[in-house]
Amino acid sequence: MTTPTAPPVATPAARVRGVLRSPVFLSVVGALLIGSVMLLGAGGNPIEAYAAMVEGAFGSTQWRNTLIVAVPVVGMALAVAVPLRAGVVNLGGEGQIVLGGITAAVVAATVPLPMPVSLVAALAAGALAGALLGTVPAVLENRLGVPLLVSSLLISYPVVAFASYLVRFPLRDPGTGLPQSRVFDEAYRMPVFAGVGLSALILLVVIVLVVQVDSRTPFGYEVRLTGHNRRFTEYAGVDVPRMVTRLMFTGGGIAGLVGAMVVLSVPYRYIDGALVVPGYTWTGLLAALLARAHPLGAVAAGVFFAALQVGGFGMERETEVPRELSSILQATVIVILAAAVAATARRTRKDRA
Amino acid sequence: MSVLAELVDASLIPSILRALTPILLAALGGAICAKAGVFNVGLEGFMLVGAFAAVAGSWFTGSAWVGVLAGMLAGAAMAALLAIASVRYGGDEIIVGIALNLLAVGLTAFLLRTVFGHQGTFTDPDLQGLPTILGQTPLTYLAWLLVPVLAVFLRRHVWGFRLQGVGEAPEAARSLGVDTTKYRYGAVLASGVLCGLGGAQLSLGNVVLFSHNMTAGRGWVAVVAVLLAQAAPFGVLLAALLFAAAEAFGFRLQGVGLPSQVAAATPYVLTLIALIVASLRARRALGRAPGEPPPSADRPPVANPAASSHVSLE
Repeated sequence: MTTPTAPPVATPAARVRGVLRSPVFLSVVGALLIGSVMLLGAGGNPIEAYAAMVEGAFGSTQWRNTLIVAVPVVGMALAVAVPLRAGVVNLGGEGQIVLGGITAAVVAATVPLPMPVSLVAALAAGALAGALLGTVPAVLENRLGVPLLVSSLLISYPVVAFASYLVRFPLRDPGTGLPQSRVFDEAYRMPVFAGVGLSALILLVVIVLVVQVDSRTPFGYEVRLTGHNRRFTEYAGVDVPRMVTRLMFTGGGIAGLVGAMVVLSVPYRYIDGALVVPGYTWTGLLAALLARAHPLGAVAAGVFFAALQVGGFGMERETEVPRELSSILQATVIVILAAAVAATARRTRKDRA
Repeated sequence: MSVLAELVDASLIPSILRALTPILLAALGGAICAKAGVFNVGLEGFMLVGAFAAVAGSWFTGSAWVGVLAGMLAGAAMAALLAIASVRYGGDEIIVGIALNLLAVGLTAFLLRTVFGHQGTFTDPDLQGLPTILGQTPLTYLAWLLVPVLAVFLRRHVWGFRLQGVGEAPEAARSLGVDTTKYRYGAVLASGVLCGLGGAQLSLGNVVLFSHNMTAGRGWVAVVAVLLAQAAPFGVLLAALLFAAAEAFGFRLQGVGLPSQVAAATPYVLTLIALIVASLRARRALGRAPGEPPPSADRPPVANPAASSHVSLE
């Protein structure tokens, strides 16, 4: 989908040329060039800064941090990619991740349960809360024609405010002066096996499920078809509104699950802003856009953007260039990519004509 | 009744007007784009960059007016990116708009640190804010003036006519010799300038400082105002007024002891309710019961023709 200019005979050289001319490659290189200009403007050395970024993301001890950040970012990338596969933009990730997180925190703080049941209950509650919140904009669009794009975004503001209220008042740990809940019971802490968190394993299962449904089921096929041409799919008799509801339920559910997993991991308490400030939602959204909603692509793009994010901290430590450069690079890639994909499609159409 | 007296008094009106100006300016920009057939969701980012440039311009020259000019130019520069990526190359305008909003957040945070050496917020007693006339900045009067000007322009001026033609029937406009690309470029750049003005009002009028992500969703509220009013200037004013009132009122709620989270959420909840009510009414006007599927799901009744939540992955 992203490489409509596949050469008829794929010799190795042609394949390399195809990659070099692919919109994704062009946009990443373009963003790095623009980033270099900004680095020079800020008095930095682009080569040093990018080297520090790579070292900061994949250095001997750093890759572990990258993996820790990659779990929520990849999760949020899937939360966007699942509906985006049908052309539906889920801008409500922030509300969905926060509602999932606060729901898990409420379960952990109020329901005493034994170990495996406790985690299953908290994670399921978080995922369900996110899923239901994701469904609301879909229903509003299907039933009333309220544009999902804006309603999914707007609904996040009261949800984030509500979670913030809960953790500042009823759930607050009176022992500290900070807006955070008490530390959860032993039973509500995500275990770590041999250095790999349970969160990463659960995410792996989610990835496998999404990929299977996408590539192996009629539903997945219909979803992809809708992404290419919604009107045609409707003509073919597919109930697209119902599909949108199911996709938003799934996307919201993944976001809610991510929120729950983050909250139930170190430091085992709900901290106000902990799900919002790191920007998991928006990094994930940009990753999904970079992958143009391809599920495995979204995973790869999520890891790439998580590495950029973590590498940004390393770059800031080494070169004093602000780490916000990472966000600039991510957004710039998407702007160029959107233009490059459209331009390539246009050129292909002309070639065929 | 003392609670009510605390919520509603004479000073509520000036605070509503202050809250209105940035939203109105951005929404007018969005309306121009909608008329030209461009669904511009980048208003938030244009405004944020405008707010930053306004503070930078005012700080380095000592003149708030240079700040306003810098805000306009910066807003136009961001808009030019949308114009190039979407109008010139045909990139999906929703995707580009969203990416530009996120670019604006990163870019202003980056520049705040490299240019000012500050993180989070920059303010200084020497930073010049906009002067006020009868308690409001000149930009507020300008924003109000632009409403009738834009209405007349769209209905009476040949350029306004052509602009609407470009949005409603681009093929027909093209066959009449109208350069649709040029009109779309103009509309997008105009929205950038207006959002830049809105940003300047935010950072040099309502307050005199720049803080991280200070637009806080106002650009999106402006997008909704455009949808609700179907891009008609006076309708945009009414919709923007509703949200400004909610914002000003939300602050008051804090004063009577409600948690600040209620204040933060009020304008967005009201915006959402307004969208739902408008959709219901539009649905009823079309003579269909709620719950019946729309005739074409990618043309929501409250939206302008250019607005669709669905992006194309082609």
